[in-house]
Amino acid sequence: MLKQEEGSQAVAHAVAMCRPEVICAYPISPQTHIVEGLSDRVRRGDLSPCEFVSVESEFAAMSVAIGASAAGARAYTATASQGLLYMAEALYNASGLGLPIVMTVANRAIGAPINIWNDHSDSMSQRDSGWIQLYAESNQEALDLHVQAFKLAEELSLPVMVCVDGFILTHAFERVDLPAQEQVDAFLPAFEPRQMLDPADPVTIGAMVGPEAYFEVKYLMHAKQLDALDRIPRIASEFEEAFGRSSGGLVRGYRTEDAETIVVALGSVLGTIEDVVDELREQGVKIGALGIKCFRPYPLDEVRAALARAGRVIVLEKAWAIGVGGIVGQNVRLALSGLPVSVHDVIAGLGGRPITKRSLRALFADALADRLGPLSFLDLKRDVVERELERQTAGGRPGPHAENILKELGVVAARSH
Amino acid sequence: MPHQQIKFYQAGSFVAGNRLLPPEERSVQARMDRSNSLTSGHRACQGCGEALGARYVLDAAMRATEGKLIAANATGCLEVFSTPYPESSWRLPWIHSLFGNAPAVGTGVAAALRAKGREDVRVIAQGGDGGTVDIGFACLSGLFERGDDVLYVCYDNEAYMNTGVQRSGATPPAARTSTTKPVGPEPGNAFGQGKNVPLIAMAHEIPYVATATVAELRDLEYKVERAMEIRGPRYIHVFVPCPFGWGSASRDTIRLARLVKETGLFPVFEAVNGEVVGVSKIRRPVPVEEYLKLQRRYAHLFGDDPRDDVIARLQELADRNIRRFGLLTDAPESAGLPGHAGDAADAPPAGVEGESNLMRMLAETHRGAQ
Amino acid sequence: MRIHGRGGQGVVTAAELLSVAAFNEGRHAQAFPSFGSERTGAPVVSFCRIDDRPIRAHEPISEPDALIVQDPTLLHQVDLFGGLRSDGFVLINTSRSLADLGIAEFFEGHHSERVLRVPATDIAREHLGRPLPNAVLLGGFAAMTRAVSLDAVAGAIRERFPGALGDRNVNAARNAFEYVDA
Repeated sequence: MLKQEEGSQAVAHAVAMCRPEVICAYPISPQTHIVEGLSDRVRRGDLSPCEFVSVESEFAAMSVAIGASAAGARAYTATASQGLLYMAEALYNASGLGLPIVMTVANRAIGAPINIWNDHSDSMSQRDSGWIQLYAESNQEALDLHVQAFKLAEELSLPVMVCVDGFILTHAFERVDLPAQEQVDAFLPAFEPRQMLDPADPVTIGAMVGPEAYFEVKYLMHAKQLDALDRIPRIASEFEEAFGRSSGGLVRGYRTEDAETIVVALGSVLGTIEDVVDELREQGVKIGALGIKCFRPYPLDEVRAALARAGRVIVLEKAWAIGVGGIVGQNVRLALSGLPVSVHDVIAGLGGRPITKRSLRALFADALADRLGPLSFLDLKRDVVERELERQTAGGRPGPHAENILKELGVVAARSH
Repeated sequence: MPHQQIKFYQAGSFVAGNRLLPPEERSVQARMDRSNSLTSGHRACQGCGEALGARYVLDAAMRATEGKLIAANATGCLEVFSTPYPESSWRLPWIHSLFGNAPAVGTGVAAALRAKGREDVRVIAQGGDGGTVDIGFACLSGLFERGDDVLYVCYDNEAYMNTGVQRSGATPPAARTSTTKPVGPEPGNAFGQGKNVPLIAMAHEIPYVATATVAELRDLEYKVERAMEIRGPRYIHVFVPCPFGWGSASRDTIRLARLVKETGLFPVFEAVNGEVVGVSKIRRPVPVEEYLKLQRRYAHLFGDDPRDDVIARLQELADRNIRRFGLLTDAPESAGLPGHAGDAADAPPAGVEGESNLMRMLAETHRGAQ
Repeated sequence: MRIHGRGGQGVVTAAELLSVAAFNEGRHAQAFPSFGSERTGAPVVSFCRIDDRPIRAHEPISEPDALIVQDPTLLHQVDLFGGLRSDGFVLINTSRSLADLGIAEFFEGHHSERVLRVPATDIAREHLGRPLPNAVLLGGFAAMTRAVSLDAVAGAIRERFPGALGDRNVNAARNAFEYVDA
């Protein structure tokens, strides 16, 4: 059924149709609308049996999900930003215990300075937590990925994070095709845990493992992630067969066949990039885009195959390893090692700074004219940064950066645009 | 007459006379069909109070639930000594997740069971004092306020023993730990710090809060069984001596647990819906020195340079507990106790000497009076 | 199109309703807010794109074809007309003239028939008993741009606000439609 709906409500719809038995939630923007929608369904009895637990922190949210999943229930939670960091310890625990929890991350920047707007700093910071990470580029895909995520998580016995750009997707009204409950039921069988806490068959979960076996346990997690590289495309094609539309998978190329320049990105910015690619194609520029849909496990072979024939790769990413450079860029370089491809990291959209077609046109023009270095920052206000650096070099007490810069910009409070 | 009336001199424990009792009155531990939830072969130290407390708690809870019990355990000694992979001493479904989240994991298990319509299966969450009063405190408070159907048990040995005896929020004043050494003008842990989680639990107005020690094991069993009769969040705080961390003899574990109650330093009581309904009276009052001098963590208070002043301050704390909780048999009922129900405090469930009836029977009477 | 107003005036809801109206007419639409943590009374912006093809871009609208200004007191606080082309549509909620508002100069050289005013707050008071101009302005917007029909706007309003409240909002929107149309 087609519906014009907010992204968060579309996700809530999808999650509810997956029949989670335990949902735990702690409020943090921009994730709140999703769990509000789920709370309504549980209270009305539309989603039953299901326990909705309002916890006192994200750490508790993930911990409740751990307990519920270990007891054999399909468990779901959602978070963002600081919340994801606050549950970091429990994230590693959930993956280490092999619990198939599904979580939405409504991607948001990390403070300080505190910022509620979108970028990928949060999920990227947990890329090595042992969770599978899927990135949605539209609300339709956000919806679809949740249905696939439960299946994937339960087949592998691994937790899955569905990353949805905060505000840009979660708060956007877009057309979505809502599947019917019977369709989802047919696609996603009831959860049958591999092991669970059951008095009829007592097991010890979470034992202390010493040097003699820890390595092997961790290797098995790695092996499961590699297994996911086979399962994710298979589940995506099963999904396409059942629902009649393509969503998810490992990577998706757009006009990459003969492309000499390929722009790599994750999430909602892909659509904006594709619009600009179309413009440039009309001008005869051989440019394409590659969306990385699954960042963990990292589809090294697929990325390599998609980019191998491009001379130039621009990696546009909404997070970076401060003091190093791009995170996705490092992974792309790894995939392209030994190939004569120049890779350009472009950090963009941090803290919600809009990534506009206008800026992308200028960026791609620079790239096509070989003016782009290995690491650049899209729409960074260089003059502001340089004046602040000068102030520091001049000595004295420079004061807090954020406040100085806001003074410099003449704004009293941060505005979104 | 099926059995002989006997006097129990080993106050509280009733262990001495177990064999002489009719089977239904025997302690859970004395029964052939006890579950051995924490079975032998684990790696706890000799004289470990926590191992003893956990075994009694879980066996009693298993009996109360007819074996339908799941346990969530915080990181700590109990977790480490019981599950050195690939071995496990647990004979019930058991999960360890993290140090600070055992209450929340318990909530998750309980939520799953409710969603699955398996409310016949009950949940216990447990941890040491560090996992309870410090790092797990937020999760514990959340569990209490939400009313989740979990019994949380804290095994309090008054410091972080697993990591080498560092101070916790449950470490008593003057006690030596690795981070509160007897150096400087104020030796040992500071006065005026720490928190009383049983009273904090009562402030949440949860249905059941109790304290117990491993010296009064029948009382502990009774409290666990009583807790399992109730739905919602319940809290039992068990005092468990640690020979390693306290510098006490392994053989003195029970003795210390008895003395801590007899001095008044650790009041043993029960509270229902935020009101104290029963206290375990002091049978033979003892000065705090008798308790302190058995432990090297207080050695700096004795010896060549005795700190009678510090001992006097500790005695004051004990005396305050005695007044506050009405711990002496002839003491008037306390007026200053938080949430104290003066009219219901006359039926102490434990520590009653010379009575042939059991605590459970007392409790029956007591419940009947409510 | 872009909508400017203040927190509490239904700025975000207006964009959402417009997207639903376009969707109900079988078109593709995307509505989103300015993603702020703004409180009641603070300047708020929302956006709506309508297209016959699927909308892939996820960028704020910097060059709008049409603007709705829900609160004329924002005129000197916010860059309301940023990126507006000279043939862009502007619908301002006011009963005063452009000169009175002090913005007549700005629209010199602008297609004057595309700068319209509607006393939406007054209309809202009359129909709803509350100064909530958002749905009213959508009626005016439909008349001004013909980007969506009044029926589609009415349908979107009724979906969101069932019952008498929806009816009153629809009547108010119709009133504004007729005001602008005349």
